[in-house]
Amino acid sequence: MSGICANLVSKQFFTFAEPPHELVLESGGRLGPVTIAYETMGVLAPERDNAILVVHALTGDSHVAGCYTADDARPGWWEIMVGPGKAIDTERYFVICANVLGGCMGSTGPSSLNPATGLPYGLAFPLVTIGDMVTVQKALLDHLGISRLLAVVGGSVGGMQVLAWCARYPEMVRAAIPLATTPRHSAQAIAFNEVARQAIMADPHWCGGDYYEGAKPDLGLAVARMIGHITYLSNESMRRKFGRQLRSREALSFHFDAGFEVESYLRYQGNKFVERFDANSFLYLTKAADYFDLDDYAAGGLAGAFKGSCTSFLVVAFTSDWLYPTEQSRALVQALKRNGLDVSFCEIQSDWGHDAFLLPNERLHTLMAAFLDRIFRETKAGN
Amino acid sequence: MRFDLQIIASWIEPGSRVLDLGCGEGELLQYLKEQKGVKATGIEKHEAEVAACIGKGLSVLQGDFNLEVADYPPDSFDYIIISQTLQQVYEPVALINTLLAVGKKVIVSFPNFSYWRIRLQLLFAGYAPRSTELPYEWYDTPNIRVITLRDFRNFAREKEIAILKEVAINTHRQQQTGNIVRFLPNLRATYGIFLIGSGARHEEV
Repeated sequence: MSGICANLVSKQFFTFAEPPHELVLESGGRLGPVTIAYETMGVLAPERDNAILVVHALTGDSHVAGCYTADDARPGWWEIMVGPGKAIDTERYFVICANVLGGCMGSTGPSSLNPATGLPYGLAFPLVTIGDMVTVQKALLDHLGISRLLAVVGGSVGGMQVLAWCARYPEMVRAAIPLATTPRHSAQAIAFNEVARQAIMADPHWCGGDYYEGAKPDLGLAVARMIGHITYLSNESMRRKFGRQLRSREALSFHFDAGFEVESYLRYQGNKFVERFDANSFLYLTKAADYFDLDDYAAGGLAGAFKGSCTSFLVVAFTSDWLYPTEQSRALVQALKRNGLDVSFCEIQSDWGHDAFLLPNERLHTLMAAFLDRIFRETKAGN
Repeated sequence: MRFDLQIIASWIEPGSRVLDLGCGEGELLQYLKEQKGVKATGIEKHEAEVAACIGKGLSVLQGDFNLEVADYPPDSFDYIIISQTLQQVYEPVALINTLLAVGKKVIVSFPNFSYWRIRLQLLFAGYAPRSTELPYEWYDTPNIRVITLRDFRNFAREKEIAILKEVAINTHRQQQTGNIVRFLPNLRATYGIFLIGSGARHEEV
Protein backbone atom coordinates (compact mmCIF):
# COMPACT_ATOMS: atom_id res chain seq x y z
CA MET A 1 0.00 0.00 0.00
CA SER A 2 1.34 3.36 -0.95
CA GLY A 3 0.09 6.79 -1.77
CA ILE A 4 -2.95 8.48 -0.37
CA CYS A 5 -5.95 6.46 0.67
CA ALA A 6 -9.26 7.77 -0.59
CA ASN A 7 -11.56 5.49 1.41
CA LEU A 8 -11.53 7.06 4.82
CA VAL A 9 -13.32 5.20 7.55
CA SER A 10 -13.61 5.75 11.26
CA LYS A 11 -14.27 3.48 14.18
CA GLN A 12 -17.60 4.31 15.81
CA PHE A 13 -19.17 3.10 19.01
CA PHE A 14 -22.70 2.20 20.04
CA THR A 15 -23.54 1.55 23.67
CA PHE A 16 -26.76 -0.06 24.91
CA ALA A 17 -28.10 -2.45 27.56
CA GLU A 18 -27.47 0.04 30.33
CA PRO A 19 -28.40 -1.41 33.72
CA PRO A 20 -31.01 -2.32 34.76
CA HIS A 21 -31.82 -3.27 31.14
CA GLU A 22 -28.83 -5.55 30.72
CA LEU A 23 -28.43 -7.89 27.78
CA VAL A 24 -29.57 -11.39 28.74
CA LEU A 25 -27.09 -13.88 27.35
CA GLU A 26 -27.70 -17.41 26.11
CA SER A 27 -26.06 -18.69 29.30
CA GLY A 28 -28.69 -16.82 31.32
CA GLY A 29 -26.05 -14.36 32.49
CA ARG A 30 -26.59 -10.61 32.21
CA LEU A 31 -24.23 -8.06 30.72
CA GLY A 32 -24.49 -4.30 30.55
CA PRO A 33 -23.73 -1.79 29.41
CA VAL A 34 -22.55 -3.26 26.11
CA THR A 35 -20.46 -1.23 23.68
CA ILE A 36 -19.96 -2.31 20.12
CA ALA A 37 -17.22 -0.88 17.89
CA TYR A 38 -18.13 -0.71 14.21
CA GLU A 39 -17.17 0.83 10.91
CA THR A 40 -19.18 1.52 7.79
CA MET A 41 -18.28 2.07 4.14
CA GLY A 42 -20.43 3.25 1.27
CA VAL A 43 -23.79 4.98 1.45
CA LEU A 44 -27.02 3.55 2.79
CA ALA A 45 -29.64 3.88 0.00
CA PRO A 46 -32.79 5.89 0.80
CA GLU A 47 -34.73 2.59 0.53
CA ARG A 48 -32.31 1.11 3.11
CA ASP A 49 -32.02 -2.02 1.00
CA ASN A 50 -28.31 -2.15 0.16
CA ALA A 51 -26.77 -2.98 3.55
CA ILE A 52 -24.28 -5.83 3.81
CA LEU A 53 -23.04 -6.97 7.20
CA VAL A 54 -19.50 -8.33 7.05
CA VAL A 55 -18.65 -10.48 10.04
CA HIS A 56 -15.03 -11.02 11.08
CA ALA A 57 -13.33 -14.26 12.06
CA LEU A 58 -11.83 -15.26 15.43
CA THR A 59 -9.31 -12.49 15.95
CA GLY A 60 -10.45 -9.88 13.44
CA ASP A 61 -11.89 -6.46 14.10
CA SER A 62 -14.25 -3.84 12.69
CA HIS A 63 -11.57 -2.53 10.33
CA VAL A 64 -12.59 -4.54 7.28
CA ALA A 65 -11.30 -2.07 4.68
CA GLY A 66 -10.33 1.54 4.07
CA CYS A 67 -8.00 3.80 6.03
CA TYR A 68 -8.31 5.75 9.25
CA THR A 69 -6.22 8.64 7.90
CA ALA A 70 -5.12 9.68 4.42
CA ASP A 71 -1.59 8.34 5.00
CA ASP A 72 -2.66 5.26 6.98
CA ALA A 73 -0.50 2.37 5.80
CA ARG A 74 -2.41 -0.36 7.62
CA PRO A 75 -5.03 -1.89 5.36
CA GLY A 76 -8.25 -3.50 6.53
CA TRP A 77 -8.32 -7.26 6.99
CA TRP A 78 -10.42 -7.83 3.85
CA GLU A 79 -9.14 -4.99 1.70
CA ILE A 80 -9.00 -7.32 -1.34
CA MET A 81 -12.72 -8.05 -1.13
CA VAL A 82 -14.32 -4.85 0.17
CA GLY A 83 -14.09 -1.38 -1.40
CA PRO A 84 -15.02 0.58 -4.49
CA GLY A 85 -15.18 -1.78 -7.49
CA LYS A 86 -14.33 -4.82 -5.35
CA ALA A 87 -16.55 -7.92 -5.02
CA ILE A 88 -18.35 -6.25 -2.11
CA ASP A 89 -18.56 -2.98 -4.00
CA THR A 90 -18.91 -0.03 -1.63
CA GLU A 91 -20.03 2.17 -4.51
CA ARG A 92 -23.17 0.06 -4.55
CA TYR A 93 -23.48 -1.51 -1.10
CA PHE A 94 -23.45 -0.05 2.40
CA VAL A 95 -21.02 -2.21 4.34
CA ILE A 96 -21.10 -2.57 8.12
CA CYS A 97 -18.49 -4.46 10.13
CA ALA A 98 -18.52 -4.67 13.93
CA ASN A 99 -16.04 -6.07 16.42
CA VAL A 100 -17.58 -9.12 18.12
CA LEU A 101 -18.90 -9.21 21.65
CA GLY A 102 -16.11 -10.59 23.87
CA GLY A 103 -13.44 -9.13 21.58
CA CYS A 104 -10.75 -6.61 22.46
CA MET A 105 -10.86 -4.17 19.55
CA GLY A 106 -13.37 -1.72 20.97
CA SER A 107 -16.37 -3.92 21.76
CA THR A 108 -17.16 -5.02 25.29
CA GLY A 109 -15.06 -8.00 26.35
CA PRO A 110 -13.10 -9.37 29.29
CA SER A 111 -10.57 -6.51 29.09
CA SER A 112 -13.34 -3.88 29.39
CA LEU A 113 -14.03 -2.21 32.71
CA ASN A 114 -16.56 -3.98 34.89
CA PRO A 115 -18.92 -1.21 36.14
CA ALA A 116 -19.39 -3.16 39.37
CA THR A 117 -15.72 -2.96 40.32
CA GLY A 118 -14.19 -0.28 38.12
CA LEU A 119 -11.57 -2.87 37.11
CA PRO A 120 -11.28 -5.01 33.98
CA TYR A 121 -13.75 -7.91 34.00
CA GLY A 122 -11.20 -10.69 33.55
CA LEU A 123 -12.93 -14.00 34.23
CA ALA A 124 -15.90 -12.16 35.79
CA PHE A 125 -16.94 -11.56 32.18
CA PRO A 126 -19.76 -14.00 31.34
CA LEU A 127 -19.25 -16.64 28.68
CA VAL A 128 -20.73 -15.43 25.42
CA THR A 129 -21.88 -17.46 22.43
CA ILE A 130 -21.97 -16.98 18.66
CA GLY A 131 -25.70 -16.36 19.14
CA ASP A 132 -24.96 -13.58 21.67
CA MET A 133 -22.59 -11.95 19.16
CA VAL A 134 -25.43 -11.95 16.63
CA THR A 135 -27.91 -10.51 19.16
CA VAL A 136 -25.55 -7.59 19.70
CA GLN A 137 -25.10 -7.05 15.95
CA LYS A 138 -28.90 -7.02 15.61
CA ALA A 139 -29.08 -4.30 18.28
CA LEU A 140 -26.54 -2.29 16.27
CA LEU A 141 -28.63 -2.65 13.10
CA ASP A 142 -31.75 -1.54 14.99
CA HIS A 143 -29.76 1.50 16.11
CA LEU A 144 -28.72 2.19 12.50
CA GLY A 145 -32.35 1.82 11.35
CA ILE A 146 -31.69 -1.19 9.12
CA SER A 147 -34.47 -3.75 9.24
CA ARG A 148 -33.31 -6.00 6.41
CA LEU A 149 -29.84 -6.92 5.22
CA LEU A 150 -29.11 -7.52 1.57
CA ALA A 151 -26.49 -9.99 2.75
CA VAL A 152 -24.48 -11.27 5.69
CA VAL A 153 -20.98 -12.36 4.71
CA GLY A 154 -18.22 -13.99 6.74
CA GLY A 155 -15.62 -16.74 6.85
CA SER A 156 -14.60 -19.20 9.55
CA VAL A 157 -15.98 -18.06 12.94
CA GLY A 158 -17.51 -15.19 10.94
CA GLY A 159 -19.30 -17.84 8.86
CA MET A 160 -20.74 -19.32 12.07
CA GLN A 161 -22.20 -15.89 12.86
CA VAL A 162 -23.63 -15.75 9.33
CA LEU A 163 -25.40 -19.06 9.97
CA ALA A 164 -26.60 -17.95 13.41
CA TRP A 165 -28.02 -14.81 11.76
CA CYS A 166 -29.96 -16.96 9.29
CA ALA A 167 -31.32 -19.16 12.08
CA ARG A 168 -32.16 -16.32 14.49
CA TYR A 169 -33.44 -13.58 12.21
CA PRO A 170 -34.33 -15.27 8.90
CA GLU A 171 -36.68 -12.44 7.89
CA MET A 172 -33.83 -9.93 8.12
CA VAL A 173 -31.42 -11.78 5.84
CA ARG A 174 -32.05 -11.67 2.08
CA ALA A 175 -28.82 -13.54 1.29
CA ALA A 176 -25.96 -15.20 3.13
CA ILE A 177 -22.39 -16.09 2.20
CA PRO A 178 -20.83 -18.48 4.74
CA LEU A 179 -17.21 -19.16 3.70
CA ALA A 180 -14.83 -21.87 4.94
CA THR A 181 -17.05 -22.58 7.91
CA THR A 182 -19.04 -25.27 9.66
CA PRO A 183 -22.54 -25.69 11.09
CA ARG A 184 -21.00 -27.19 14.24
CA HIS A 185 -17.53 -27.15 15.75
CA SER A 186 -15.93 -30.58 15.44
CA ALA A 187 -14.10 -32.46 18.19
CA GLN A 188 -10.85 -31.82 16.31
CA ALA A 189 -11.46 -28.07 16.16
CA ILE A 190 -12.42 -28.01 19.86
CA ALA A 191 -9.25 -29.97 20.65
CA PHE A 192 -6.98 -27.42 18.96
CA ASN A 193 -8.76 -24.58 20.76
CA GLU A 194 -8.39 -26.37 24.08
CA VAL A 195 -4.63 -26.78 23.60
CA ALA A 196 -4.42 -23.08 22.75
CA ARG A 197 -6.38 -22.14 25.87
CA GLN A 198 -4.24 -24.40 28.04
CA ALA A 199 -1.15 -22.65 26.71
CA ILE A 200 -2.54 -19.32 27.92
CA MET A 201 -3.75 -20.62 31.27
CA ALA A 202 -0.42 -22.35 31.92
CA ASP A 203 1.43 -19.05 31.55
CA PRO A 204 2.35 -17.90 35.09
CA HIS A 205 1.42 -14.33 34.10
CA TRP A 206 -2.17 -15.32 33.33
CA CYS A 207 -3.03 -15.24 37.09
CA GLY A 208 -6.54 -16.63 36.67
CA GLY A 209 -7.28 -13.96 34.09
CA ASP A 210 -6.40 -11.11 36.45
CA TYR A 211 -3.26 -9.79 34.76
CA TYR A 212 -4.28 -6.34 33.58
CA GLU A 213 -2.18 -4.52 36.20
CA GLY A 214 1.06 -6.34 35.52
CA ALA A 215 2.88 -8.51 32.99
CA LYS A 216 0.61 -10.24 30.49
CA PRO A 217 0.56 -13.93 29.57
CA ASP A 218 2.32 -13.14 26.29
CA LEU A 219 4.19 -16.42 26.03
CA GLY A 220 1.01 -18.46 26.44
CA LEU A 221 -0.91 -16.27 24.01
CA ALA A 222 1.90 -16.50 21.44
CA VAL A 223 1.85 -20.30 21.64
CA ALA A 224 -1.94 -20.24 21.31
CA ARG A 225 -1.57 -18.18 18.14
CA MET A 226 1.10 -20.52 16.79
CA ILE A 227 -1.28 -23.47 17.20
CA GLY A 228 -3.98 -21.50 15.42
CA HIS A 229 -1.66 -20.71 12.52
CA ILE A 230 -0.87 -24.38 12.00
CA THR A 231 -4.58 -25.11 11.61
CA TYR A 232 -5.01 -22.19 9.17
CA LEU A 233 -2.36 -23.54 6.79
CA SER A 234 -2.11 -26.93 5.10
CA ASN A 235 0.55 -29.56 4.68
CA GLU A 236 1.00 -28.45 1.07
CA SER A 237 1.08 -24.71 1.83
CA MET A 238 3.68 -25.30 4.56
CA ARG A 239 5.76 -27.39 2.18
CA ARG A 240 5.61 -24.67 -0.45
CA LYS A 241 6.12 -21.76 1.92
CA PHE A 242 8.86 -23.25 4.10
CA GLY A 243 9.75 -26.83 3.25
CA ARG A 244 12.70 -27.77 5.43
CA GLN A 245 14.43 -24.51 4.68
CA LEU A 246 16.82 -23.28 7.31
CA ARG A 247 17.04 -19.68 8.35
CA SER A 248 20.25 -18.05 7.16
CA ARG A 249 22.30 -21.17 7.86
CA GLU A 250 23.71 -23.80 5.58
CA ALA A 251 23.63 -26.59 8.14
CA LEU A 252 21.69 -27.63 11.22
CA SER A 253 22.73 -25.57 14.24
CA PHE A 254 22.22 -28.27 16.90
CA HIS A 255 20.45 -26.04 19.39
CA PHE A 256 16.90 -24.82 20.02
CA ASP A 257 16.94 -21.50 18.16
CA ALA A 258 14.33 -21.11 15.45
CA GLY A 259 16.50 -22.90 12.88
CA PHE A 260 13.78 -23.86 10.45
CA GLU A 261 11.94 -21.18 8.50
CA VAL A 262 8.63 -22.58 9.70
CA GLU A 263 9.69 -22.18 13.34
CA SER A 264 10.73 -18.63 12.71
CA TYR A 265 7.43 -17.88 10.96
CA LEU A 266 5.34 -19.25 13.84
CA ARG A 267 7.39 -17.35 16.44
CA TYR A 268 7.01 -14.16 14.44
CA GLN A 269 3.23 -14.63 14.12
CA GLY A 270 2.96 -15.41 17.84
CA ASN A 271 4.97 -12.37 18.92
CA LYS A 272 3.15 -10.04 16.55
CA PHE A 273 -0.21 -11.26 17.82
CA VAL A 274 0.39 -10.49 21.51
CA GLU A 275 0.86 -6.81 20.65
CA ARG A 276 -2.71 -6.53 19.44
CA PHE A 277 -4.73 -9.18 21.23
CA ASP A 278 -5.97 -9.83 24.74
CA ALA A 279 -5.37 -13.34 26.11
CA ASN A 280 -8.71 -13.50 27.94
CA SER A 281 -10.57 -12.46 24.79
CA PHE A 282 -8.84 -15.36 23.03
CA LEU A 283 -10.16 -17.72 25.70
CA TYR A 284 -13.72 -16.40 25.43
CA LEU A 285 -13.85 -16.29 21.64
CA THR A 286 -12.46 -19.79 21.15
CA LYS A 287 -14.98 -21.08 23.69
CA ALA A 288 -17.81 -19.37 21.79
CA ALA A 289 -16.65 -21.14 18.62
CA ASP A 290 -16.46 -24.48 20.44
CA TYR A 291 -20.01 -24.08 21.75
CA PHE A 292 -21.33 -23.40 18.26
CA ASP A 293 -23.75 -26.05 17.03
CA LEU A 294 -26.56 -24.95 14.74
CA ASP A 295 -28.57 -27.95 15.97
CA ASP A 296 -29.12 -26.02 19.20
CA TYR A 297 -31.02 -23.29 17.39
CA ALA A 298 -34.16 -25.28 16.69
CA ALA A 299 -35.75 -28.68 16.99
CA GLY A 300 -35.28 -31.02 14.04
CA GLY A 301 -31.52 -31.00 13.77
CA LEU A 302 -29.57 -28.95 11.29
CA ALA A 303 -32.43 -28.73 8.79
CA GLY A 304 -34.72 -27.43 11.55
CA ALA A 305 -32.49 -24.38 12.04
CA PHE A 306 -33.51 -23.08 8.60
CA LYS A 307 -37.24 -23.77 8.82
CA GLY A 308 -39.22 -20.78 7.60
CA SER A 309 -36.15 -19.20 6.03
CA CYS A 310 -36.25 -17.70 2.56
CA THR A 311 -32.63 -16.60 2.46
CA SER A 312 -30.52 -17.29 -0.65
CA PHE A 313 -27.16 -18.90 0.08
CA LEU A 314 -23.73 -19.00 -1.49
CA VAL A 315 -21.69 -21.60 0.42
CA VAL A 316 -17.97 -21.85 -0.35
CA ALA A 317 -15.43 -24.41 0.90
CA PHE A 318 -11.75 -24.85 0.05
CA THR A 319 -10.23 -28.22 -0.84
CA SER A 320 -7.26 -28.04 1.54
CA ASP A 321 -9.15 -26.61 4.55
CA TRP A 322 -8.75 -29.30 7.18
CA LEU A 323 -9.98 -27.13 10.06
CA TYR A 324 -13.49 -26.92 8.58
CA PRO A 325 -13.34 -29.52 5.80
CA THR A 326 -15.66 -29.50 2.77
CA GLU A 327 -17.88 -32.27 4.22
CA GLN A 328 -18.99 -29.83 6.92
CA SER A 329 -20.08 -27.30 4.28
CA ARG A 330 -21.82 -30.13 2.43
CA ALA A 331 -23.78 -31.01 5.59
CA LEU A 332 -24.89 -27.39 5.68
CA VAL A 333 -25.84 -27.45 1.99
CA GLN A 334 -27.84 -30.63 2.59
CA ALA A 335 -29.82 -28.97 5.38
CA LEU A 336 -30.51 -25.96 3.13
CA LYS A 337 -31.69 -28.21 0.29
CA ARG A 338 -34.02 -30.06 2.66
CA ASN A 339 -35.70 -26.73 3.31
CA GLY A 340 -36.06 -26.08 -0.40
CA LEU A 341 -33.84 -23.01 -0.12
CA ASP A 342 -32.03 -21.32 -2.98
CA VAL A 343 -28.43 -22.45 -2.48
CA SER A 344 -25.27 -22.36 -4.54
CA PHE A 345 -22.21 -24.26 -3.45
CA CYS A 346 -18.67 -24.25 -4.77
CA GLU A 347 -15.61 -26.09 -3.50
CA ILE A 348 -12.62 -24.02 -4.60
CA GLN A 349 -9.40 -25.85 -5.39
CA SER A 350 -6.74 -24.23 -3.23
CA ASP A 351 -3.56 -25.38 -1.54
CA TRP A 352 -3.63 -22.63 1.09
CA GLY A 353 -5.72 -24.35 3.74
CA HIS A 354 -8.31 -22.61 5.88
CA ASP A 355 -6.67 -19.22 5.30
CA ALA A 356 -7.63 -19.36 1.61
CA PHE A 357 -10.77 -17.28 2.11
CA LEU A 358 -8.64 -14.29 3.17
CA LEU A 359 -6.13 -14.59 0.33
CA PRO A 360 -6.46 -13.14 -3.17
CA ASN A 361 -8.50 -15.64 -5.15
CA GLU A 362 -9.96 -14.77 -8.52
CA ARG A 363 -12.59 -17.48 -8.31
CA LEU A 364 -13.88 -16.47 -4.89
CA HIS A 365 -13.95 -12.86 -6.05
CA THR A 366 -16.03 -13.75 -9.14
CA LEU A 367 -18.44 -15.98 -7.22
CA MET A 368 -19.14 -13.38 -4.57
CA ALA A 369 -19.44 -10.45 -6.98
CA ALA A 370 -21.84 -12.33 -9.28
CA PHE A 371 -23.94 -13.74 -6.44
CA LEU A 372 -24.31 -10.34 -4.74
CA ASP A 373 -25.06 -8.70 -8.07
CA ARG A 374 -27.87 -11.18 -8.71
CA ILE A 375 -29.33 -10.68 -5.22
CA PHE A 376 -29.10 -6.89 -5.60
CA ARG A 377 -30.88 -6.96 -8.97
CA GLU A 378 -33.56 -9.37 -7.74
CA THR A 379 -34.18 -7.15 -4.72
CA LYS A 380 -34.47 -4.09 -6.94
CA ALA A 381 -36.91 -6.00 -9.18
CA GLY A 382 -38.99 -6.72 -6.11
CA ASN A 383 -38.41 -10.43 -5.83
CA MET B 1 -28.00 -23.66 -28.01
CA ARG B 2 -27.55 -27.33 -28.81
CA PHE B 3 -30.43 -28.79 -30.86
CA ASP B 4 -31.42 -31.36 -28.21
CA LEU B 5 -31.49 -28.63 -25.56
CA GLN B 6 -33.75 -26.52 -27.79
CA ILE B 7 -36.25 -29.37 -27.84
CA ILE B 8 -35.99 -29.89 -24.08
CA ALA B 9 -36.51 -26.15 -23.52
CA SER B 10 -39.65 -26.24 -25.67
CA TRP B 11 -41.18 -28.81 -23.30
CA ILE B 12 -40.77 -26.71 -20.14
CA GLU B 13 -43.76 -24.71 -18.90
CA PRO B 14 -43.02 -21.06 -18.11
CA GLY B 15 -42.55 -20.23 -14.44
CA SER B 16 -41.84 -23.82 -13.39
CA ARG B 17 -39.13 -25.11 -11.06
CA VAL B 18 -36.33 -26.81 -12.99
CA LEU B 19 -33.34 -28.86 -11.83
CA ASP B 20 -30.66 -29.61 -14.43
CA LEU B 21 -28.32 -32.48 -13.53
CA GLY B 22 -24.84 -32.08 -14.99
CA CYS B 23 -25.73 -28.56 -16.09
CA GLY B 24 -22.25 -27.71 -17.44
CA GLU B 25 -21.84 -23.97 -17.85
CA GLY B 26 -25.56 -23.43 -17.44
CA GLU B 27 -26.51 -22.66 -21.03
CA LEU B 28 -29.91 -24.35 -20.82
CA LEU B 29 -30.69 -23.02 -17.33
CA GLN B 30 -29.82 -19.49 -18.31
CA TYR B 31 -32.05 -19.72 -21.37
CA LEU B 32 -34.94 -21.13 -19.31
CA LYS B 33 -34.48 -18.48 -16.62
CA GLU B 34 -34.42 -15.60 -19.08
CA GLN B 35 -36.94 -16.82 -21.66
CA LYS B 36 -39.38 -18.78 -19.52
CA GLY B 37 -38.94 -17.25 -16.09
CA VAL B 38 -38.27 -20.62 -14.47
CA LYS B 39 -36.75 -21.05 -11.02
CA ALA B 40 -33.51 -22.65 -12.17
CA THR B 41 -31.21 -24.90 -10.16
CA GLY B 42 -28.27 -26.94 -11.38
CA ILE B 43 -25.93 -29.62 -10.06
CA GLU B 44 -22.50 -29.88 -11.66
CA LYS B 45 -19.38 -31.78 -10.73
CA HIS B 46 -16.63 -29.49 -12.00
CA GLU B 47 -15.55 -26.37 -10.11
CA ALA B 48 -14.86 -24.23 -13.19
CA GLU B 49 -18.29 -24.95 -14.67
CA VAL B 50 -20.02 -24.36 -11.34
CA ALA B 51 -18.21 -21.03 -11.08
CA ALA B 52 -19.26 -20.13 -14.63
CA CYS B 53 -22.90 -20.86 -13.72
CA ILE B 54 -22.83 -18.80 -10.51
CA GLY B 55 -21.05 -16.10 -12.52
CA LYS B 56 -24.14 -15.99 -14.77
CA GLY B 57 -26.36 -15.51 -11.73
CA LEU B 58 -27.60 -19.11 -11.60
CA SER B 59 -28.05 -21.21 -8.45
CA VAL B 60 -25.79 -24.19 -8.88
CA LEU B 61 -24.37 -26.76 -6.49
CA GLN B 62 -21.04 -28.47 -6.93
CA GLY B 63 -21.26 -32.20 -6.40
CA ASP B 64 -22.16 -35.63 -7.73
CA PHE B 65 -25.82 -35.43 -8.71
CA ASN B 66 -26.30 -39.14 -7.99
CA LEU B 67 -25.80 -38.28 -4.30
CA GLU B 68 -26.92 -34.65 -4.19
CA VAL B 69 -30.37 -35.12 -5.67
CA ALA B 70 -31.58 -37.38 -2.86
CA ASP B 71 -31.52 -34.49 -0.35
CA TYR B 72 -34.49 -32.64 -1.83
CA PRO B 73 -37.98 -33.08 -0.39
CA PRO B 74 -40.58 -34.81 -2.64
CA ASP B 75 -41.94 -32.76 -5.54
CA SER B 76 -39.32 -30.03 -5.13
CA PHE B 77 -39.19 -29.53 -8.90
CA ASP B 78 -41.63 -29.51 -11.79
CA TYR B 79 -38.94 -30.81 -14.14
CA ILE B 80 -35.64 -32.55 -13.60
CA ILE B 81 -33.44 -32.69 -16.68
CA ILE B 82 -30.80 -35.34 -17.16
CA SER B 83 -29.42 -34.64 -20.58
CA GLN B 84 -26.92 -36.92 -22.35
CA THR B 85 -25.80 -38.38 -19.05
CA LEU B 86 -27.96 -41.44 -18.33
CA GLN B 87 -25.48 -43.65 -20.21
CA GLN B 88 -22.87 -42.69 -17.59
CA VAL B 89 -24.94 -43.47 -14.50
CA TYR B 90 -23.87 -46.44 -12.40
CA GLU B 91 -27.27 -47.11 -10.84
CA PRO B 92 -29.84 -45.76 -13.30
CA VAL B 93 -32.89 -47.46 -11.75
CA ALA B 94 -32.26 -46.02 -8.30
CA LEU B 95 -31.50 -42.62 -9.79
CA ILE B 96 -34.63 -42.48 -11.93
CA ASN B 97 -36.77 -43.55 -8.97
CA THR B 98 -35.25 -40.77 -6.88
CA LEU B 99 -35.78 -38.25 -9.68
CA LEU B 100 -39.43 -39.25 -10.03
CA ALA B 101 -39.89 -38.68 -6.30
CA VAL B 102 -38.11 -35.33 -6.16
CA GLY B 103 -39.48 -34.05 -9.47
CA LYS B 104 -42.97 -34.19 -10.92
CA LYS B 105 -41.60 -34.91 -14.37
CA VAL B 106 -38.19 -35.95 -15.63
CA ILE B 107 -36.65 -35.25 -19.01
CA VAL B 108 -34.11 -37.87 -20.04
CA SER B 109 -31.96 -37.75 -23.15
CA PHE B 110 -29.26 -40.15 -24.29
CA PRO B 111 -27.38 -41.19 -27.42
CA ASN B 112 -29.15 -43.96 -29.28
CA PHE B 113 -26.86 -46.96 -29.51
CA SER B 114 -28.87 -48.57 -32.28
CA TYR B 115 -28.23 -45.75 -34.75
CA TRP B 116 -27.49 -47.40 -38.12
CA ARG B 117 -23.89 -46.19 -38.40
CA ILE B 118 -23.10 -47.74 -35.03
CA ARG B 119 -24.73 -51.00 -36.12
CA LEU B 120 -22.70 -51.03 -39.33
CA GLN B 121 -19.42 -50.44 -37.49
CA LEU B 122 -20.02 -53.41 -35.28
CA LEU B 123 -21.25 -55.55 -38.15
CA PHE B 124 -18.58 -54.77 -40.75
CA ALA B 125 -15.53 -53.41 -38.92
CA GLY B 126 -15.99 -55.61 -35.88
CA TYR B 127 -14.81 -53.14 -33.29
CA ALA B 128 -16.70 -51.42 -30.47
CA PRO B 129 -18.46 -48.53 -32.16
CA ARG B 130 -17.08 -45.01 -32.07
CA SER B 131 -19.05 -42.05 -33.32
CA THR B 132 -19.24 -38.31 -32.90
CA GLU B 133 -21.84 -38.95 -30.17
CA LEU B 134 -19.77 -41.65 -28.48
CA PRO B 135 -16.19 -40.85 -29.42
CA TYR B 136 -14.37 -43.00 -26.84
CA GLU B 137 -12.37 -46.20 -26.80
CA TRP B 138 -13.70 -49.13 -24.77
CA TYR B 139 -11.08 -48.47 -22.07
CA ASP B 140 -11.68 -44.78 -21.49
CA THR B 141 -15.36 -44.30 -22.15
CA PRO B 142 -17.47 -42.78 -19.36
CA ASN B 143 -20.49 -44.28 -21.13
CA ILE B 144 -20.93 -47.50 -19.20
CA ARG B 145 -24.57 -48.05 -20.23
CA VAL B 146 -25.48 -49.06 -23.75
CA ILE B 147 -29.03 -47.79 -24.37
CA THR B 148 -31.26 -47.76 -27.44
CA LEU B 149 -34.59 -46.03 -27.82
CA ARG B 150 -36.32 -49.41 -27.77
CA ASP B 151 -34.43 -50.40 -24.60
CA PHE B 152 -35.63 -47.30 -22.83
CA ARG B 153 -39.26 -47.88 -23.84
CA ASN B 154 -39.05 -51.47 -22.56
CA PHE B 155 -37.43 -50.24 -19.36
CA ALA B 156 -40.24 -47.73 -18.80
CA ARG B 157 -42.90 -50.37 -19.34
CA GLU B 158 -41.19 -52.83 -17.00
CA LYS B 159 -40.70 -50.25 -14.23
CA GLU B 160 -44.18 -48.75 -14.69
CA ILE B 161 -42.82 -45.40 -15.67
CA ALA B 162 -45.10 -43.30 -17.85
CA ILE B 163 -43.60 -41.91 -21.04
CA LEU B 164 -45.43 -38.62 -21.42
CA LYS B 165 -43.60 -37.41 -24.51
CA GLU B 166 -40.88 -38.77 -26.72
CA VAL B 167 -38.83 -37.38 -29.57
CA ALA B 168 -36.09 -39.01 -31.61
CA ILE B 169 -33.64 -36.60 -33.20
CA ASN B 170 -30.81 -36.66 -35.63
CA THR B 171 -28.13 -34.19 -34.63
CA HIS B 172 -24.49 -34.34 -33.74
CA ARG B 173 -22.63 -33.51 -30.56
CA GLN B 174 -22.72 -29.79 -29.78
CA GLN B 175 -24.59 -29.01 -33.01
CA GLN B 176 -27.25 -26.34 -33.01
CA THR B 177 -29.16 -27.87 -35.92
CA GLY B 178 -30.81 -31.21 -36.41
CA ASN B 179 -34.10 -32.78 -37.29
CA ILE B 180 -36.79 -34.82 -35.68
CA VAL B 181 -36.86 -38.46 -36.85
CA ARG B 182 -40.35 -39.92 -37.20
CA PHE B 183 -39.68 -42.85 -39.54
CA LEU B 184 -37.71 -45.78 -38.05
CA PRO B 185 -36.33 -43.71 -35.17
CA ASN B 186 -34.51 -46.57 -33.45
CA LEU B 187 -32.44 -46.99 -36.61
CA ARG B 188 -32.13 -43.41 -37.79
CA ALA B 189 -31.94 -41.21 -34.67
CA THR B 190 -28.71 -40.28 -32.91
CA TYR B 191 -30.47 -39.20 -29.70
CA GLY B 192 -33.68 -39.89 -27.87
CA ILE B 193 -35.43 -37.44 -25.55
CA PHE B 194 -38.16 -38.67 -23.20
CA LEU B 195 -40.47 -36.87 -20.81
CA ILE B 196 -41.37 -39.32 -18.09
CA GLY B 197 -43.50 -39.35 -14.95
CA SER B 198 -44.21 -41.95 -12.32
CA GLY B 199 -46.78 -44.57 -13.38
CA ALA B 200 -49.46 -43.12 -11.14
CA ARG B 201 -49.37 -39.93 -13.17
CA HIS B 202 -50.05 -41.70 -16.44
CA GLU B 203 -53.43 -40.02 -16.81
CA GLU B 204 -51.72 -36.67 -17.30
CA VAL B 205 -50.61 -37.70 -20.81
